Amino acid sequence: MSAHDHDTHAHGAHGTMGSYMIGFGLSVILTAIPFWLVMTGYFANTQTTALVIMAFAVVQIVVHMIYFLHMNTRSEGGWSMMALMFTLVLVVITLSGSMWVMYHLNTNMMPAMTHDMSQMP
Amino acid sequence: MATRSKIDPAFLDQDGKPLFHLGEEPHHPEGSSTSLGFWIYLMSDCLIFACLFATYAVLSGSFAAGPGPRDLFDLNLVALNTAMLLFSSITYGFAMLSMEKNKVAATQGWLAITGLFGLAFLGIELYEFAHLIHEGATPQRSGFLSAFFALVGTHGLHVTFGIIWLVTLMVQVAKKGLIPASQRRLMCLSMFWHFLDVIWIGVFTFVYLMGMLR
Repeated sequence: MSAHDHDTHAHGAHGTMGSYMIGFGLSVILTAIPFWLVMTGYFANTQTTALVIMAFAVVQIVVHMIYFLHMNTRSEGGWSMMALMFTLVLVVITLSGSMWVMYHLNTNMMPAMTHDMSQMP
Repeated sequence: MATRSKIDPAFLDQDGKPLFHLGEEPHHPEGSSTSLGFWIYLMSDCLIFACLFATYAVLSGSFAAGPGPRDLFDLNLVALNTAMLLFSSITYGFAMLSMEKNKVAATQGWLAITGLFGLAFLGIELYEFAHLIHEGATPQRSGFLSAFFALVGTHGLHVTFGIIWLVTLMVQVAKKGLIPASQRRLMCLSMFWHFLDVIWIGVFTFVYLMGMLR
């Protein structure tokens, strides 16, 4: 996952000036582009814009994890990565489960309000 | 005796009776498990935010004929806020780099700048909230606004406590210097601070940017 920090210090968990600056530079770019896309309305289709900015968010989260939180598969003997993976699974279940169930609840129980739910992201 | 001799002497007590627990607790250096423990706390905090994001996703269309994201959000303000948090992340990184080089003054300086960026973030957020409430867009107005204030407010509360923690650690470093305990605590706050920035990526993408696309 991370090929950047090969420091062999006893406390290898910290970054270097270089890795922080790379992370910061990438974050600025990955933040600026989605804002620019939405503010200028670059894509006429809002669904395209939504998918693109979601992709940027995912990439930026990974960048932060690697360059700022110094995540890698070796730290703490792999246990922090294990905890992260477990959390990600729970996050996906929570988010997709809630939206899926509540979408069906709304469409099946409240037909008058379907026009609201059809705009769900 | 024949069976007893097969047992490793480490598992026998002084009288030669087998022990069913370790004779001596394995020795861990103080604080060696702190960062993993703190990481697991952050992961549980992540689940709190996952629930709040899920609530927002479900309720984000329930305007109750009230104002929607397009009427309420000012992307320029959000961009400024995002910049403040991003700057505070990199300045915290500089504080950690100074800490590794054992430079107390530089560490304190970068921590102070980080705190100021954090305060600027909070100030802008409180200004935004006050503006919304002044316009009648209170948490009681609609499901969308309840979920919005719950999610963004919880993140803001985290930043508030992060700043209180930061000031506490600055006082500790001023009094005791960069002793191993201070370094360990600064490391934990570093993880907390960067974690809040990660959550903010989700907030500005899903709440503000996607809100403007509705």
